[in-house]
Amino acid sequence: MIYPLCLMLILIGLYGAATKKNTVKIILGLIIMEYGINLFLVLLGYRRNGIAPIVDKTTDLSTFSTIAVDPLPQALVLTAIVIGLGIVALMVAISIRLYEKYGTFDITKMRRLKG
Amino acid sequence: MSILPLFIAVPLGIGFLIPLASRRFKALPDILGNLTTFCLLVMSLSIIGSKGIYKIGGWLAPVGINLVVDGLSILMLIIIAIVSFCSTLFSIRYMELYTSKLRYYSLFLLMVAGMNGVVLTGDMFNLYVFLEIASVASYALVAFGCEHEELEAAFKYLVLGCIASCFILLGVALLYGCTGSLNMAHVSRLLAESGVNPSVIFALVCFLIGFGLKAAFVPFHAWLPDAHPSAPAPISAMLSGVLIKVLGVYALIRIAFNVLGVNQALLSVFMGLGAISMIAGVFLAIGQWDLKRLLAYHSISQIGYVILGIGIGSPLGILGGLFHLFNHSIFKSLLFLNSGSIVYSAGTRDLQKMGGLKEKMPITAATSMIASMSIAGIPPFNGFWSKLLIITACVKAGYFGYAFLAVLASILTLASFMKVQKYAFFENLPNALKKVKESPKTMCFSMLILAVLCILTAGLILPQAKSLILSPAVDALRQGAAGYAKFILGT
Repeated sequence: MIYPLCLMLILIGLYGAATKKNTVKIILGLIIMEYGINLFLVLLGYRRNGIAPIVDKTTDLSTFSTIAVDPLPQALVLTAIVIGLGIVALMVAISIRLYEKYGTFDITKMRRLKG
Repeated sequence: MSILPLFIAVPLGIGFLIPLASRRFKALPDILGNLTTFCLLVMSLSIIGSKGIYKIGGWLAPVGINLVVDGLSILMLIIIAIVSFCSTLFSIRYMELYTSKLRYYSLFLLMVAGMNGVVLTGDMFNLYVFLEIASVASYALVAFGCEHEELEAAFKYLVLGCIASCFILLGVALLYGCTGSLNMAHVSRLLAESGVNPSVIFALVCFLIGFGLKAAFVPFHAWLPDAHPSAPAPISAMLSGVLIKVLGVYALIRIAFNVLGVNQALLSVFMGLGAISMIAGVFLAIGQWDLKRLLAYHSISQIGYVILGIGIGSPLGILGGLFHLFNHSIFKSLLFLNSGSIVYSAGTRDLQKMGGLKEKMPITAATSMIASMSIAGIPPFNGFWSKLLIITACVKAGYFGYAFLAVLASILTLASFMKVQKYAFFENLPNALKKVKESPKTMCFSMLILAVLCILTAGLILPQAKSLILSPAVDALRQGAAGYAKFILGT
């Protein structure tokens, strides 16, 4: 049930990025799309009633792998979030510069490139 | 193979050191930038013919991340090194037109580090990370001029590039969900055991969209004709010459051939995409009057040749595709450097405002002539041999329609470059350009290197040279998923 919702989140983001005319709304759409994918990655490692994947001396290693959540996707999501932050920062910076040059956030009014 | 991490560490380290350099010593960024790319060139030439794995942190293959070098990686490393060396050499004088050389070289080396990483890595998520490093640096470099057009092009490129990255990450996540592993070789082995299921096909489609956007195949090409001309000329040379090939074509064929395994349906998709890109790119190019925009449309068309050749799937076809990939990176970066040289001296990119530059800029004119003949496929230049191989492979495999389209695109390419030569270098010199001088020596020198390579690399098809560089690259793709898994996992 939760996977289709996650896919829907990705598609909503894609729709926003593809159809909106305002640069800020496009950026928001891309952020939503990224979050959908991050959510999907986290869900891959999730296990209902799982325990934190930390091994100490008392842990029973034979059953540990069947009850602990998968730590790898969490590490991946952390990396993906950091990359996403960088991209969003760059996008916002370019969007602000565009506003300084054109005086608008509307991409239909930024049409110097043709052909 | 302890040299492998240096391919990533050296440009990354120097890239971060350059902004710290003192502003008093103006030549330092130039010296460091050129030295780094020259080191990379020497390093990539020194590992020709070798094959190996480097285990980061000493962890074994399925658990740890490893760097892998085989024939295909070496071919790509050489391309990156040659083009980036010539571009940095060209930048010494050209980038005086712009503001901050410190930031320019820093971003440039970051992009090189990202591309080397993509080529060397043997891990799916690592591939994504390096791909993002290279992409983010290239977004910033496209916007480097900070004028109306540059910012507009960069925003378009950024949005489409971000969507592409999202699809690639989704594909990686799906594969991880299917197999529980991120190591490419381990993934391919586990997939071979479990068989194909719908989510693997979904992942493949995600990769096709993601890498297709990065490589600018025709349904996904909208950003390229804006982004490539807007960047400074050496960066256009890097983007068109290397970036779309490494992030798009290389990553796609590595995953398709060596991780997921190809079948006839996928190869047909490649050939279809290739043929559409080839024809649509060249038709869009013919009508252009902006020199750099025309060249950018030709990049789409030539990438079509590459993917068509690889999509044939026969050894000859793959050889032709990879050889064309190599040749295209040389002559297209040369053409972009020529356009940069014209912009530097004559101050215009519009073909209608040029004319008669042949006498004023003899070196630019001569090298541009060589590059134009290469891209149009005139013997004995390198472009002719690779196109010949692709067309022969098409005919041998019985795809006469594709062979016809390839010949047609080649003729149209010739026509459009005759237009460039005529309007830019022949005809009468307009009054506005009477005082034009040839570009500075370092710029001419880097163009001359590439022009000589246009002629020399035609020799790569001779048997001795072929067995050194091109054949190992073809073998790396031909070994398929099982062979790649065996090479890395060792059993």
